[in-house]
Amino acid sequence: MGSSPYTVAAIVAVTLVTVVIGAYGLRMARTTSDFLVASRAISPTWNAAAIGGEYLSAASFLGVAGLVLKHGVDVLWYPVGFASGYLALLLFVAAPLRRSGAFTLPDFCEVRLRSRRLRKLATAFVLFIGWLYLVPQLQGAGLTLATVTGSPYALGALLVGGVVTANVALGGMRAITFVQAFQYWLKLTALAVPVIFLALHWQATDRPPVTPVGGTTFPRATTVVVERPATLTFPDGATLEVGHGERLEFAVGTPVPRVSGVDAEFGGDWLLPGDRHREDGGLFGTYSLILATFLGTMGLPHVLVRFYTNPDGAAARRTTLVVLALVGLFYLFPTLYGVLGRIYTPHLLMTGETDAVVLLLPGAALGSGLLGQLLGALVAAGAFAAFLSTSSGLLTSVAGVLSTDVFGRGGMAQPGSVRGFRISAVLAGAVPTLLALNVFGLDVSQVVGMAFAVAASTFCPLLVLGIWWRGLTDVGAAAGIVAGGGASVLAVLVTVAGPPMAPWPATLIGQPAAWTVPLSFLVMLVGSALTRRRVPADVGTTMLRLHAPEPLRPEPDRPRTAPAAGVRTAGTVKA
Amino acid sequence: MRGLPTALAVLALVTALAGAVVAVLRLRRGRAVATAEQRATYDVLHTAELAAEPLRAGLTRASAAKAVRHLRALVGAAGLAVVDATQVLALDGHGDHHRAQLLAAAQRAVATDRSAVLGEPDLACDRVDCVVRGAVVAPVPVPSGHPNAAIIAIADGLPAPGLVQATLETARWASSQLAVAELESSRERLARAEVRALRAQISPHFIYNALGAIASFVRTDPERARELILEFAEFTRYSFRAHGEFTTLAEELRSIDRYLTIERARFGDKLQVRLQIAPEVLPVGLPFLCLQPLVENAVRHGLSRKPGMGTVSIEARDAGAECLITVEDDGVGMDPAVLAGTSAAGDESADGQHVGLSNVDERLRAVFGDGYGLVVDTGLGAGTKVSMRVPKFHPGVRP
Repeated sequence: MGSSPYTVAAIVAVTLVTVVIGAYGLRMARTTSDFLVASRAISPTWNAAAIGGEYLSAASFLGVAGLVLKHGVDVLWYPVGFASGYLALLLFVAAPLRRSGAFTLPDFCEVRLRSRRLRKLATAFVLFIGWLYLVPQLQGAGLTLATVTGSPYALGALLVGGVVTANVALGGMRAITFVQAFQYWLKLTALAVPVIFLALHWQATDRPPVTPVGGTTFPRATTVVVERPATLTFPDGATLEVGHGERLEFAVGTPVPRVSGVDAEFGGDWLLPGDRHREDGGLFGTYSLILATFLGTMGLPHVLVRFYTNPDGAAARRTTLVVLALVGLFYLFPTLYGVLGRIYTPHLLMTGETDAVVLLLPGAALGSGLLGQLLGALVAAGAFAAFLSTSSGLLTSVAGVLSTDVFGRGGMAQPGSVRGFRISAVLAGAVPTLLALNVFGLDVSQVVGMAFAVAASTFCPLLVLGIWWRGLTDVGAAAGIVAGGGASVLAVLVTVAGPPMAPWPATLIGQPAAWTVPLSFLVMLVGSALTRRRVPADVGTTMLRLHAPEPLRPEPDRPRTAPAAGVRTAGTVKA
Repeated sequence: MRGLPTALAVLALVTALAGAVVAVLRLRRGRAVATAEQRATYDVLHTAELAAEPLRAGLTRASAAKAVRHLRALVGAAGLAVVDATQVLALDGHGDHHRAQLLAAAQRAVATDRSAVLGEPDLACDRVDCVVRGAVVAPVPVPSGHPNAAIIAIADGLPAPGLVQATLETARWASSQLAVAELESSRERLARAEVRALRAQISPHFIYNALGAIASFVRTDPERARELILEFAEFTRYSFRAHGEFTTLAEELRSIDRYLTIERARFGDKLQVRLQIAPEVLPVGLPFLCLQPLVENAVRHGLSRKPGMGTVSIEARDAGAECLITVEDDGVGMDPAVLAGTSAAGDESADGQHVGLSNVDERLRAVFGDGYGLVVDTGLGAGTKVSMRVPKFHPGVRP
């Protein structure tokens, strides 16, 4: 797909609009002389859309569709888990966390366990998770720009990394609620509108089967240029060795060959759970994935800071419920893209760049006419919105943690000073940009999955036990975080840079959550039980604060809505 | 794809981390004490520190129970009791069944303010296995207004001169720790008194002016007068509330709204207000009444003496882990020298403003630390802009 002028224009427009709204949005939206307007809290719906906007990253926008295209029904657990993580958040964490008054996870450690050392440990993991989550965003940006304009991969990653870092550092795009809410609706529109046209097109062309009996076939004459030597296996059993630079021509209706080195499922396997050809504990991997995504959401730094905006615990719960609905709605669409990609862009199964399916599908299915180009531009704009919003949210949280907990206390800068924050933002942006330039070839969703696994093995036990068990001690919590987090971090490093492994260890390492999460819980429980004397003396007060709804707070902080207020309302109505 | 460079990079990262851990451990070990003498000094100081921590919370049953073990280690006696005027607060080691005798001896010592050495006749008992042979009673001078106290070192032989010395010194040391506790609590009382003082400060002028303004509406516009009185009632309820040291930005804004409604009744259209509040920072917790005095200053000193229209702008921005609040007026401003306290003359109202600002400044610093004071930009005729930074989370702040 060549670079369409609409696509470039759309990407530039999205970037500019985001930056401009970020810089001037507050001035435009909230300048008033009316205190009622100015002191109105953000409604749960707006806040939920903002959480959605920040949460739905490149992994959701591009990666899920790519995985579905490649692996079929098995990977439906990714979107399911990404969405249902909010259920765990709603059930166990949302309201108590808000009532604790904590802004970040390290803050929660301090509120609940009164330990500065634990705070430092939590800070280290917040940084690691933030960076691990940022890398695939920048990777996705590089991929998108390379796909739609043909520019080198590094350019896109550098561009988005630079734009976002500069913006956060200069104070423009500090993850303002209204901007992020706007991004959610933009992303939803960018996926939903083209999919309507694609579905109509599919209907109009006699509904080609997703998994044809004779194997997936090319819908159009396709030319594939070989970049690495590989072996092609055709469905009839014939094999073909190809070398660098060879051009392969495929006519309409030719079956798509398997390419060695590209892991994809063909034929009926795609529709069935599990993989009959592999003996590597696919079921274990699936459970691991479910655990990681279900429990990892509550440990994501950029999601938790949004809960601070809610005025009270009840609002935090309502917000989470709306997020669940919004995110659930969103994930219907990437799945559809993956399914339709099976029909219209099967050549991606040969190149392995399945993450590009969302971007290429409108052009491939609807042709290169005006409609195809416009829809392609819309999707590309949505993808850019995804990178910008998620990375700016992440970068803001990472830079905030860096400036308060690393530089602020180290005496390098005044705690929380503007200069300290800027240095932190540049540092927080530089690390993942460098990593993104050097690490590629991993699926966007898989890297995000690893971030979820680390979050699930560190902060999920900390939050769940911290909120629901009075016996947790700082030593126990630290031991659990070190054990679970250390194991999962090691697994991530081995997956990214280690040698190839036998199937079983590869699954254990590639999807570690199923053993690291229980490990972390266990170590925390045992560690706390052994150091019972270190339970904070005021644990009862803290627990009451976390769990008692605000109107029942023991300290009479809130003015009671006594008769005076009633009289006042009556007066206002009359006037 | 996962090339050698990546593997090397990760290896380097791991090596660097391991190096950092080793370096930290080395540093830790380097701090260890070398000679026996140094070790002894260290042990004494360390034990003293352990005992000091509970004592600084004041002398109660709970704090005595925590401190008594360390005090005994300091004195090096077979047992040690901490006694106040009416009871034995805590006892560690031998001598539990001598409580009554010890209490009586302590009361005598405290009454005469003299230390005493008890021998076997004073500590008679019919237990065969009792090791208590003597005790040293040393009164602990406490800050005035507190019940008197004493510590009693129990010996398993005749109290040696060394034990007597150690007990007396420890009593004196404990006394100084209690004095520190007293100092801290009086500092807290002072801070609370300051909050109260600030409340007293805002009211007199304002109440007088507000009531005057309301009175002017009673005949011409009774409905408005009624509304104003209700606003005024709500305002005073918030400002005079006796509990809670902290509030949220949203609550503070609500109170400022009431204040400005009443002021507008006086000034009419002369007073314009411009607000720009990022909704994300509305739940931020901050010391009670730390924003309202700034707005009051802006109105009273910035605008009321200025001819024509005046504007007060209140802005709260979201900045990562903290919130930036500015209160700005385009009024007459003031001489920075007056504010800095370098000008000797300083007219009365500027001085009042100075006091109001420095009060807020001090309370902000007391709560959030020295990095979080007020920043004032002003000049004669150039208006005034007061800014503050408030962290979104601070362990001590519970709105």
